[in-house]
Amino acid sequence: MVAIPSRHKSLVLLAGIIVLQVLLLAVQIKRESKGRLIRVWTVGAASPFERAGSYGFGWVRDTWRHYFALQNTTKENEQIRHENDALKLQITQLQGKAAEADRLAALLNFRQSHAGVPMIAARVIGASAGAASQTIQLDRGERDGIRKNMGVITPDGVVGKVVESYPNAAQVLLLTDKESGVGAMLADSRTQSPVGGQGEPLLVMKYVPNDDTVNLGERVITSGMDRIFPRDLPVGTVAEIKSGNPFKQIRIKPAANLERLEEVLVLLSLRPLEMKNEENTGDAQPHAPGAANPSPAAKR
Amino acid sequence: MNDAFDIRGESHIEVHKFRAGAILVATLLALVIQAAFPVHFSKAAILDLPLLVTIYFGLSRRNPSTGLLLGMVIGLLQDSLSGPTVPLGLYGIAKTIIGYLASSIGARLDTEHPAARFALTAAFFVAHQGLIVLTRRILLAQPEPWFNVHLFVAAFVNAFIAVFLFLLLDRLRRN
Repeated sequence: MVAIPSRHKSLVLLAGIIVLQVLLLAVQIKRESKGRLIRVWTVGAASPFERAGSYGFGWVRDTWRHYFALQNTTKENEQIRHENDALKLQITQLQGKAAEADRLAALLNFRQSHAGVPMIAARVIGASAGAASQTIQLDRGERDGIRKNMGVITPDGVVGKVVESYPNAAQVLLLTDKESGVGAMLADSRTQSPVGGQGEPLLVMKYVPNDDTVNLGERVITSGMDRIFPRDLPVGTVAEIKSGNPFKQIRIKPAANLERLEEVLVLLSLRPLEMKNEENTGDAQPHAPGAANPSPAAKR
Repeated sequence: MNDAFDIRGESHIEVHKFRAGAILVATLLALVIQAAFPVHFSKAAILDLPLLVTIYFGLSRRNPSTGLLLGMVIGLLQDSLSGPTVPLGLYGIAKTIIGYLASSIGARLDTEHPAARFALTAAFFVAHQGLIVLTRRILLAQPEPWFNVHLFVAAFVNAFIAVFLFLLLDRLRRN
């Protein structure tokens, strides 16, 4: 038996651990299992902390935006401000709640205008733990009926799809991720082409022939061909067009604000859905949750 | 001794010990903040707190075996929290190597000076990104650019944050 000098022991350990992890990578590529069991444990353990952290950060951010950031705007009013500080703080809290209520009302309004489509509202409690992927984590999971490959949207447009569902949480691959894609078409010409992410804020529309006419600002909507999203949901607008060979290079600005997601809707179906297209959805008066009798999924 | 890069014999370098549970709490906190912070402050995605924690404890503990094992655990946890598009082992391999390098360098240099910490963190950040790109290109056959401007901005920001974060983490040391 050859003894390993003590100064080389850590080097041997390093080599052994690297080899083990390379094998782990190889197993995942071969079986496409992606280590689900380890992820279930880790996400299950981390999601309560993420939930608490998310609420904590939200509170700090709202307080900062509505209160502290305005502190130095007018020094001459300092005396008056002191008198009003207590009231401002109260207003701050109410503004935070009002903004949240507005967002939830928009979700509920959207939900009610598409009553035939099963969907559930969920709060974003976490983002990707590294820059290698563009994912978000939701506070709802398998227990709420969320399954892998379900579509995720906001009233503004498509967000992404569920890539993993855990008992109390779900991970969503955003449209901007390199591995993401959605069946889409140009709203005016009805030219169909998938739209995918590049790991950047803008999306890319891949297969539009050079001969086709595309205009800047033209709306891009879902085609329903991916069997995840129903037809006619907003995906984004054309932000950049370049000639290419053989296809145009078209970049799309996402309709949903993917960098500031707080609440989303998960489409609770793995079958192709038909979305009722109502142009004046945004103008409709939001209904009180109790009066409108929405499904339990929409009540939050 | 506070001189940057004070090259001395390994036996003269002080090995820092930490309060019970400090490494565990700091690691979990870094992972949770890394996941929760960018939801509300999208620019915060530029930070890699798990990497900074790996580097700090590697430089402080100065034991390559401990450093690489801690790097492996943090990396694998980060992999599993990054969604199924990130295979288990991507961050794991990178942080294992960074943990080993940080510990090895920590055992040979005095890395207590803020300037040394800034320079080392920036270098480790670039090396970490290089290892991830290498793993993606060679083991996963995924095309990925080697370097871009964003990487150097991120390295600078992380190194700057590290100087203050490391001072904060110094308070967890057992005297």
